[in-house]
Amino acid sequence: MADGLYADGIAAGRLSGEDYEKNFADLHPPLDGHEARVEADRCYFCYDAPCMTACPTSIDIPLFIRQIATGNTLGSAKTIFDQNILGGMCARVCPTETLCEEACVREAAEGKPVQIGRLQRYATDAAMHVGRQFFGRGEETGKTVAIVGAGPAGLACAHRLAMHGHTVTIFEAREKSGGLNEFGIAAYKTPDGFAQAEVDYVTAIGGITIEHGRALGGDVSLAELARDHDAVFLGMGLAGVNALNAVGEDADGVENAVDYIAHLRQASDLASLPVGRRVVVIGGGMTAIDAAVQARLLGAEEVTICYRRGQEQMNASAFEQDLAASKGVTIRHWLQPKRVLAEGGNVTGIELEYTALSGGKLSGTGETLTLAADQVFKAIGQTFDAAALNGSGAAITLDGGRIQVDGEGRTSMPNVWAGGDCIAGGDDLTVSAVAQGRDAAESIHRVLAG
Amino acid sequence: MADIRNTFAGIKSPNPFWLASAPPTDKAYNVERAFKAGWGGVVWKTLGEDGPPVVNVNGPRYGAIWGADRRLLGLNNIELITDRDLHLNLREIKQVKRNWPDRALVVSLMVPCEEAAWKAILPLVEETGADGIELNFGCPHGMSERGMGSAVGQVPEYVEMVVRWCKQTTRMPVITKLTPNITDIRQPARAAHKGGSDAVSLINTINSITGVNLDSFAPEPTIDGKGSHGGFCGPAVKPIALHMVAEIARDRETAGLPISGIGGITTWRDAAEFLALGAGNVQVCTAAMTYGFKVVQEMIDGLQNWMDAKGHATLDDVIGRAAPNVTEWRYLNLNYVAKARIDQDLCIKCGRCHIACEDTSHQAITAMVDGKRHFEVMEDACVGCNLCVNVCPVEGCIDMVPLDVGTLDQRTGATVSADYANWTTHPNNPSAVTAAE
Repeated sequence: MADGLYADGIAAGRLSGEDYEKNFADLHPPLDGHEARVEADRCYFCYDAPCMTACPTSIDIPLFIRQIATGNTLGSAKTIFDQNILGGMCARVCPTETLCEEACVREAAEGKPVQIGRLQRYATDAAMHVGRQFFGRGEETGKTVAIVGAGPAGLACAHRLAMHGHTVTIFEAREKSGGLNEFGIAAYKTPDGFAQAEVDYVTAIGGITIEHGRALGGDVSLAELARDHDAVFLGMGLAGVNALNAVGEDADGVENAVDYIAHLRQASDLASLPVGRRVVVIGGGMTAIDAAVQARLLGAEEVTICYRRGQEQMNASAFEQDLAASKGVTIRHWLQPKRVLAEGGNVTGIELEYTALSGGKLSGTGETLTLAADQVFKAIGQTFDAAALNGSGAAITLDGGRIQVDGEGRTSMPNVWAGGDCIAGGDDLTVSAVAQGRDAAESIHRVLAG
Repeated sequence: MADIRNTFAGIKSPNPFWLASAPPTDKAYNVERAFKAGWGGVVWKTLGEDGPPVVNVNGPRYGAIWGADRRLLGLNNIELITDRDLHLNLREIKQVKRNWPDRALVVSLMVPCEEAAWKAILPLVEETGADGIELNFGCPHGMSERGMGSAVGQVPEYVEMVVRWCKQTTRMPVITKLTPNITDIRQPARAAHKGGSDAVSLINTINSITGVNLDSFAPEPTIDGKGSHGGFCGPAVKPIALHMVAEIARDRETAGLPISGIGGITTWRDAAEFLALGAGNVQVCTAAMTYGFKVVQEMIDGLQNWMDAKGHATLDDVIGRAAPNVTEWRYLNLNYVAKARIDQDLCIKCGRCHIACEDTSHQAITAMVDGKRHFEVMEDACVGCNLCVNVCPVEGCIDMVPLDVGTLDQRTGATVSADYANWTTHPNNPSAVTAAE
């Protein structure tokens, strides 16, 4: 049996150490000072700028870019953090190509938008590098707020509450903070421990305690939190994963893509992380792309994404699809999983059925295709685990399986707010979670100050 | 192919592009390279009187301002006239002229404002076979403190006096280089003309400080913590130079006086504009100091291609063509009405036209129409000021469209008249001349 790159089955150490380093380096390396000023100069400083409208956190983009152009980098960082305290991470992970940069008038003019994301990183990196804090904790109010989940929504909420002088305790199920920033995002988008550095930067304001290993539904209940605090913010994200509904999906080698990515993000040595020689990823969103690309970067020889609808319906942006293609991932459409093939309990392939739309309804055509595979990743969406809310007395109203909130993030329970991926109608973006956490904090503050 | 051979004040050159008197023309090595690159002529860097050489600072001589991507927009210098030995310069001038007989070689001069000093140096230059001399009455730094350069150029009587001395002493054509650090450029030009100057050249550099170091609080360029004003040149000064050239070109008192246009010329287009306003040739410095001598190739080629495209056979078909169109404000047609019009297909919706008009002008451009981001000119408010055109990042997106005669100007409620009418006859003008009954 061959070792290394062509080892059969699921194997670790397919590549050399340098290859891992090279493959998982920063996807978009930082701009240097001159590059940043040249790029900043491309900004037209639009009136009522479309990029700003497109940003879920409404960062004053023309202003922060102008501040970079004039050498006022710290002022630029403050402009960003005013609206988005996780502006550093958002600069790295936002699908800017479908948000600010899509709206940039230079995209309309010449198909080359100002690189807003990279400029935002330039400014926020500069401030974080020198440890400059722009916001102080407000005068102590004596009010306490419990936050569930130390992900983007929870951190943004906590920071804003601390600014207003409230005392925050975050209950985090995992042993590390950051949520998907730490566990869920492709490694090459946020290398060098940035997620933890950002948590430290955000919590440095003071008045925020994070208790790890404390999961809602475990030793913490919503009823207790509501009883012991003046307000509660739920930002626990999505704990469940959709099933393939394919025969044999419990075979060894079938994994949740989010779990695999979490392992990868926490791996101290990528060479120790096993990956299949032939990998099939089922799904069409960002997680599918992240899993597929990283499988390739770990040395998988063949990686195929199978999505049950067409390219236009894929949730992954065109940029992400191109990225996957450039890394050698094959993306196939109109295929749904039917049966996982296994020998001796290990995956050997997957049988897929072609699909088609008829009368607006997706259905299998009956024709099948079998792809050889050592590993199958499920990336067909995450689900909210409502069980965590159990034992909280009156049930929180859900909408489509997620928590229902009003325009300010209030749930159906008094003094309980929610934001991030766990709420209904969200778009599963870090930047939206930040906006929801921030806005819920303002709503909480209005109530507590009232 | 258009013929761009040039004769300026009797001096012939294969093209109208000369290098101005400055560091690029300080010695044979540079000038030889310039001629190889294709420059039609040079004005050798200013020679001073015989004696101990001029001393320069040993730190920064240049300061600059930049646009995006560090594109150099303006340069200033505190360098003095040549700091090389007079006789070495003269020997090199003689040899270079011998090597390049078809090129123009003019020698810039600056000696104390005394007749003897000028009469002493002129024969030495004449002996080199140089094609002419240029009197440096322009340099605004260093030498002016010693009563030379712009200190002379700022006093028309001195200009006339020195020109006359030179004309009495030499057979060489005399070009008088003027300083722009003066209120009315026509005064020294007229003085030079009266003194018998064969031509004028302008502009020399403008008094300037390019910046201030905000750590040391020293002006730039900085020598040991201090700075002195320097002469500013480069693309940023072109509009000032164009105006001054036009002022002289259309001045009746200096009619026919050849003008060598100088000031920020970087491309063939800049050169063509100077020629059109009445310059008989042009001199270039900053563009060469920024990009090297090769830029002349584009200038020659671009000028010829433009002339071919427009059917201009020789430079005479171009020179001075725009000068009659320069006039005083009071003669501008007040019955001419133009309105901005935005091409919606080209508009990228940046909104700069709106905010410029809304905040700083006439509130004549929409931002929103029927709930949609839409920028459109409201003709009943547009005064035709052109600001929107200037701030629009898309070339050709906003046009100033003249209203046809007989149409209604929605802003004023008046019908556009076919008649030309200007301020001199306007009823609001207390000095308007009314025809006798």
